[in-house]
Amino acid sequence: MSDTAKTDPVIQIDGLRFRYGEGEFELAVPELEVARGEHVAVVGPSGSGKTTLLHLIAGIETPQEGRVETAGTAVSELDDAARRSFRIQRVGLVFQEFELIDHLSVLDNVLLPYRIHPALRLDEATRARAEEIAAGIGIGDRLGRRATRLSQGERQRVAVCRALVAQPELLLADEPTGNLDPGNKDRVVDLLLESAEARGATLVVVTHDHDLLPRFARTVDFTAFQSAPSALTA
Amino acid sequence: MSGPLYLAWRYLAHHRAKTAILVTAITLIAFLPIGLNQLVSESGRQLAARAQSTPLLVGERGSRLDLVLASLYFASDPPAAMRYAEAERVDASELATAIPLHVRFRARGHSVVGTTLEYLEFRGLRVAAGRPMAVLGECLVGAAAARDLELSPGDTVTTSPETVFDLAGTYRLRMRVAGVLAPSHTPDDEAIFVDVKTAWVIEGLGHGHQDVASPGASSAVLKREDDRVTANASLVEYNEITPENLASFHFHGDLAEHPVSAVLAVPRDEKSRVLLLGRYTAPDEAVQIVEPAAVMDDLLATVFTVRRYVLAAIALVSAATLVVAGLVFLLSVRLRRREIETLHKLGAARSHVALMLAAEVVAVIAVAGALAGVLTWLSGSFGGAAIRAFLLS
Repeated sequence: MSDTAKTDPVIQIDGLRFRYGEGEFELAVPELEVARGEHVAVVGPSGSGKTTLLHLIAGIETPQEGRVETAGTAVSELDDAARRSFRIQRVGLVFQEFELIDHLSVLDNVLLPYRIHPALRLDEATRARAEEIAAGIGIGDRLGRRATRLSQGERQRVAVCRALVAQPELLLADEPTGNLDPGNKDRVVDLLLESAEARGATLVVVTHDHDLLPRFARTVDFTAFQSAPSALTA
Repeated sequence: MSGPLYLAWRYLAHHRAKTAILVTAITLIAFLPIGLNQLVSESGRQLAARAQSTPLLVGERGSRLDLVLASLYFASDPPAAMRYAEAERVDASELATAIPLHVRFRARGHSVVGTTLEYLEFRGLRVAAGRPMAVLGECLVGAAAARDLELSPGDTVTTSPETVFDLAGTYRLRMRVAGVLAPSHTPDDEAIFVDVKTAWVIEGLGHGHQDVASPGASSAVLKREDDRVTANASLVEYNEITPENLASFHFHGDLAEHPVSAVLAVPRDEKSRVLLLGRYTAPDEAVQIVEPAAVMDDLLATVFTVRRYVLAAIALVSAATLVVAGLVFLLSVRLRRREIETLHKLGAARSHVALMLAAEVVAVIAVAGALAGVLTWLSGSFGGAAIRAFLLS
């Protein structure tokens, strides 16, 4: 664990245990901290609980035991409505399959968080910011297009743009390079790192691609994980 | 526009075909029972009102309904004609006033009704411009017909040939418009009224031609025998009755034998009505007398029975359509499970997602309801006339 994490953690997990319903799989994370502004990669075999960990950090799921504190808020202790409100305002999520809404335009997809929660108010400044971020990541001329008419790389950029538009202090990305060719993989990782760096945001990326690990300051390895992360490496 | 409403709008706009089909189906479900009910009720009311204001009709034996429809609505397919003598018979009975009706010819799509001036008085028709027809060859045009044909007093209108290829058929007669009737909102508005004798001229039973006794007409004379002159085919027959040739018009044969479609009998009182009805009950009676209200009641009873079956069928189809529409919505929600999951994962409240889905349903129903309202208004405004036209076609 880094010294920074100890001093100013954005993610702080203690004694976490999580199980889906009555299933056999159980995620157990005794302790994990990620510092503000840190860029962390999470690796491990399929089914080891990497995505679940992101969902617990974002408050999409709640643990049966333990405590998850994200950006100073004990999300594991919030009720459903409060977790949604926290998530949409404080956390930017990039999903593995991008999860864009096909019948919406690129701009509508980027502004989607502002359409689905009253805590976020859509105004001209927000639109301008969305257009600026989109232009910055190379999809400024695609804002009027349907999401279905974009290439894989462009869809990924839209997903990143959506995650950034509410200016979150924490960016969580679930296998963002999973379906991309090597060239696009580098571009997406560059994009995530640069975007997080530019905004001083903390970045946690789940990935299967060990070639990408040197790009991150720290790796959390879930190898051979069943009951707890096997190693936390600096 | 709020977030859920905007997202609902975008979804419906993107899936235009599905939305249009749902809107159409729900519009029809909402409109058909109300519209049909309205159409039948309104047309029934109009048909009954006209029939109730017509006491008795005398006509050739045959379909009572055809006789009533031809006499009240000047249907394009008139019943068999009877002798004008039947009108004289009614008058002679002193039980009723006889108003002859000759409904056979048309002029540019409008019925040419041969009758007498008593018809105008009986129906309470008022002349809005000009005057009633007074001499042979003049006509009085109903308000809607005048508007349609752009006719005003002093203009002329020519009768239409019954069949294009009938070379031996009736001549077309150019009639002078003597006046235009004020609107009465009845079938009279669509008719062109002429004196019954003018109708006989159109039928070829009366005619005018150049004087064969005059020296200038010698080329038209085939042969002369004592006081009898036989003309050849070159004899000029007039197709317009003017003050100059009016005197040359004449009828051959006994006027009592000339045809009329029906006689409208207006009894002097209830007793006269009953007595008149009794005079036409003999089994060998060549003509029949009918009470239009009773005939129309029979027709409407049949129509209302059919309406009940049609409404029952519509109810079944509507129920099935609603089930299918509900299924489409449910399947749509299932197909959009991933989209809904994404919204939840991003932080959408369940109520927001529910509001978005509900807004889609409500928008479809609202648009369908509005369209059904427009259709109902249209059917209320024009449906009665359409049904009447259908019944009379």
